[in-house]
Amino acid sequence: MNPEPGSDAGDPDAAHAGPAPIEVRGLVKRYGELTAVAGVDLTVRSGDVYGYLGPNGAGKTTSLRMMLGLIRPTEGSVRLFGRDPQVSVRALEGVAGFVEAPTFYPYLSARRNLEMLAAYDGFGASGRIDDALETVELTSRERDRVGGFSHGMRQRLGIAASLLRDPKLLLLDEPATGLDPAGMRDMRLLIRRLADQGMTVLLSSHLLTEVEDVCNRVAIVRSGRIVYEGEIATLKRGASSLYRLQTTDDERALAVCRAQSGIADARTDEHGRITFAAEEGAVGLLSQALVESGALIVAMAPQTVTLEDLFFSFTEGDGAAPPPPAAPPSTGHDAPAPEPAR
Amino acid sequence: MPGIGTVYRWELFKLRHQKRTYLGLGAAIIVPILFVVAIRLQHHHDHGGDFAFSSYLNRSGLAVPLVILLFGAVWMFPLITALVAGDIFASEDHNGTLKTIFTRSLERWQLFVGKTLAAATYAVTAILLCGTVAVVAGSLQSGFNSLQSLSGTIVTAPKALELVYVSLLIYLIPIAAIVCIGLLLSAVTRNSAAAVVGTLMISLLIQLIGVLPGLGSVQPYLLSTQFNAWQGLLRTPIDWSPIVQAAWVCALYGIPAILAAFLVFMRRDVAGG
Repeated sequence: MNPEPGSDAGDPDAAHAGPAPIEVRGLVKRYGELTAVAGVDLTVRSGDVYGYLGPNGAGKTTSLRMMLGLIRPTEGSVRLFGRDPQVSVRALEGVAGFVEAPTFYPYLSARRNLEMLAAYDGFGASGRIDDALETVELTSRERDRVGGFSHGMRQRLGIAASLLRDPKLLLLDEPATGLDPAGMRDMRLLIRRLADQGMTVLLSSHLLTEVEDVCNRVAIVRSGRIVYEGEIATLKRGASSLYRLQTTDDERALAVCRAQSGIADARTDEHGRITFAAEEGAVGLLSQALVESGALIVAMAPQTVTLEDLFFSFTEGDGAAPPPPAAPPSTGHDAPAPEPAR
Repeated sequence: MPGIGTVYRWELFKLRHQKRTYLGLGAAIIVPILFVVAIRLQHHHDHGGDFAFSSYLNRSGLAVPLVILLFGAVWMFPLITALVAGDIFASEDHNGTLKTIFTRSLERWQLFVGKTLAAATYAVTAILLCGTVAVVAGSLQSGFNSLQSLSGTIVTAPKALELVYVSLLIYLIPIAAIVCIGLLLSAVTRNSAAAVVGTLMISLLIQLIGVLPGLGSVQPYLLSTQFNAWQGLLRTPIDWSPIVQAAWVCALYGIPAILAAFLVFMRRDVAGG
């Protein structure tokens, strides 16, 4: 059973025994002078619904192609359940998915396409065609040529083609791209349903809501590098411990914040307001200290941070990998801080 | 357990659903019919041209397939062959389906062999179909009669029919080399039109070399020359030397081409589609 998105589902202690579904180390892909992927490390654990987030051109699809053995890495390694997809297609046993838009033979019907892919899969895949079509709600169109299918129908057929392999690991590249809002919702529900059935899913996307809704762990990739990898819950929890402060004497207040125990990362933001990270208990003590110093509080409020805010904080800027969100000072019972950017 | 046979069967199935297959096979059927119609329209004219069996076109229908083999080598059979061989890998690029089939349970080499066999099967089908239509149409027009061999001896109609079909099989030797060149261009260019036209251009270029003055010494080693190897069968006794030569000369063209196609297919990155 897949854990609820946002939970610490990827806890290695809870993970199934055996090699991780995906283990990527030092993955690099260069095309001449262009470095599309610049040293990616990531681990997708059994049961994860793992979001691979990044803006267009960040190297997500290239990474996925390497994971599926479609292109050879310049450096580094990919292991799927401990097997190398560059060595043999047998490494893809129990693995399915698609990169960019799923593709089919336009002059064949949906069913014929699936029959062919099932024949190529073997191992009883033909017996799963009806269920797969049913799951993606394409049974009524199974005799129609794929050439006449809409983008959304092809996306769903792509999922059906993946399901033929009875996968334990599903790699989906931008599955909701190009879909209308209803199609996107249906795709999210479908992915969640598959995850609930026990599939490990790697979901590449630049759609934050998609990832936030269905994923429990996330890697944020920028310019071919992972700038954050970890639990979405931890990421947001760390970020939600950020506060904004406005006082009658901000200069003095900043000095008080920096000197105060339990307050971290106190600084002035681009609007001249003080921001800091803290536990709730420390905030109370800070209020007292500010009053005693004569810097009276005009406003102090926790920042509401969405995954979108975090995403942009990681993926926009001067090109340098930004630091992970400030974690509140540990009080000993908190979740682990996000893993550092690589 | 999926294997080469699986790929081969599905490639043939896919060929049955593509227009270009029918374009090629249609040409293989129509050309002999048009040829026979032309013979009928010129019935009263003298057909004693200066090419093999030309004088027999009105006396035996079995001369028709042989004359078609003679002229088909210029561009018709290379084009018909290239229509599928040049497309079989490139169409996967065009449809973006390489990534779809590369992520199933079949190794790349199995896909390569299955596709190569399908392209070869199509070429064999086209040649045999063309020959059969020519035999039937020719016999309807000029009768199922005996034929004079290139050595001047008379060959009975059943024996001539046998020789026609063995000739068709011999003709498949250079056709196989054309298939290999088409497959190479298909894998390298990743573009159907470029591969089909490229294969035809190579075939025509080799023929052009053969007619250039001063290059007579290379004639025996040109692919175009090997299309005439079947004529050794129509001599008494049978002259095997052009057939043996065709086998190894065509191997020199075909084997490097198919090996190169294999390496390209095996090693290529599927970065698009």
